[in-house]
Amino acid sequence: MKTTKQPITERRKFITLMAQSVGLSALGGMVWTGYIEEAKAAPLLLRPPGARPEKEFLSMCIKCGQCVSACPFDTLHLAKPGDQKPIGTPYFIPREIPCYMCTDIPCVPVCPTGALDEELVSVIEDGQKRLEIEKARMGVAVVDIESCIAYWGIQCDACYRACPVLDSAIYLEYRRNERTGKHAYLIPIVNSDACTGCGLCERACVTEKPAIFVRPHEIAQGNIGKHYIKGWDSADESRIDAIKGLEPTVTKRSEQAPQDYLNAGGLFDE
Amino acid sequence: MSKILKYRFLIARRFTQLLILGLYIAAHVYGVKILEGNLSSSLFLGTIPLADPFALLQIFATGAVVTMDVIVGAVIIALFYAVIGGRAFCAWVCPVNMVTDLANWLRRKLALDKVERKVWLGRNVRYWVLGLTFVISAITGLAAFEIVSPIGILQRGVVFGMGMGGAAVLSIFFFDLFAVKNGWCGHVCPLGGFYATIGKYSLIRVQHDQPSCTLCMRCKEICPEKPVLGIIGKHSGAITMGECINCGRCIEVCEDNALSFGVRSYIKQHG
Repeated sequence: MKTTKQPITERRKFITLMAQSVGLSALGGMVWTGYIEEAKAAPLLLRPPGARPEKEFLSMCIKCGQCVSACPFDTLHLAKPGDQKPIGTPYFIPREIPCYMCTDIPCVPVCPTGALDEELVSVIEDGQKRLEIEKARMGVAVVDIESCIAYWGIQCDACYRACPVLDSAIYLEYRRNERTGKHAYLIPIVNSDACTGCGLCERACVTEKPAIFVRPHEIAQGNIGKHYIKGWDSADESRIDAIKGLEPTVTKRSEQAPQDYLNAGGLFDE
Repeated sequence: MSKILKYRFLIARRFTQLLILGLYIAAHVYGVKILEGNLSSSLFLGTIPLADPFALLQIFATGAVVTMDVIVGAVIIALFYAVIGGRAFCAWVCPVNMVTDLANWLRRKLALDKVERKVWLGRNVRYWVLGLTFVISAITGLAAFEIVSPIGILQRGVVFGMGMGGAAVLSIFFFDLFAVKNGWCGHVCPLGGFYATIGKYSLIRVQHDQPSCTLCMRCKEICPEKPVLGIIGKHSGAITMGECINCGRCIEVCEDNALSFGVRSYIKQHG
């Protein structure tokens, strides 16, 4: 059989080269995307005060480290390769150096992109915007009641004393110690509404591995959902009104008398 | 003295590269606030914001809305290279340039150039990577190049701590030394591709005086972006390709005064 040699035209060459390039880009792109999806999954990370929700924060942070430089306590680190955290983004480890909650919050206004958002740590007072570190929500402290010695009945209020939002973010609950019959338990309880996640409690905890530790809100907290309402709490009950698409069921009251309803038939008809 | 003159641009480039890193370190470690931050975004003299326009475009690609500071900073930098510097970032600022230059120097000393390996890697790969960067940024919601960039790893590492970043830098070094000549900066790096694109019409250009040229080809030997020197020995004029990083090595090695820096509109074309 005679084969005719097809000359490779310029057009054909161009199309082939383009197809190769697109194919290789797709290959490289998939590997690259896969790597990024893995790399950005670091849910236990604690961000500086005023950080936007993690997803937004990750896309906005330009990795300049100006927050890290601004921190007077060297609390913040910029994630290095090998830290197994999204590279170049700021984080802190409270057990090493917690956030000391500076009232002027130097780390936030220096952020050039707004990944650390002043609005999230500011209050309006007399028409003036003022930075308020107690609004920070870096995470929430969680107590492991099995390793907390206060739950053994030993008096330890290290975390309670260390808390910068004392008696509000952490308060002590007194309970009778049934074992001795004459002592009290002084139990540390965290109030998630007031806890900033600064980690001074974690730093202060006396146990070998801290029994109180800060975790991001998404990790530490559950979510009740909209179907459970405290019926005895008028404030909580108002949540019903806020829920769209959840109309209260109104069953029309029967106009018949009960005996008529029973005698009218239909109940036992087959 | 003549030796210094012979390496005047090389010395000046190492000086600016190290000076910029030094200023960042001074600000972070010693609180000398002349230039704060790093190459991604910084604050000059406590007032003027500067930012990496490529990083910002990636952030835009993720769909994020950012504050004005970083936008102003990125516009300042982009305008500087678009109007004046061309692709000078790569030769005068980027710290990876020092790594790849060292690899390239070793390549020449060890005569690795003489035995050519056949590795297929086009110089246009960087533009594909550049395009891919934006696509992946949009898909993952993360500035895609910034999270893998060896430039970022090196320059952040020098200021804020290296960690395992040395491995990334070493990879680039070995890639350039053993795999492809000018492999990273001249073929792959999308930031180089980005600056080549926006700096194409900048004012500062290398100019060639054809009548003085003796065709020794030392310039082509030293040039990390060899294709830009296409006009050597053919006609006078400016090196107009955006890929030229304005490093000035060709000017230094030229012993016939056939090459020099010039301003675009004053360079006589095709003389």
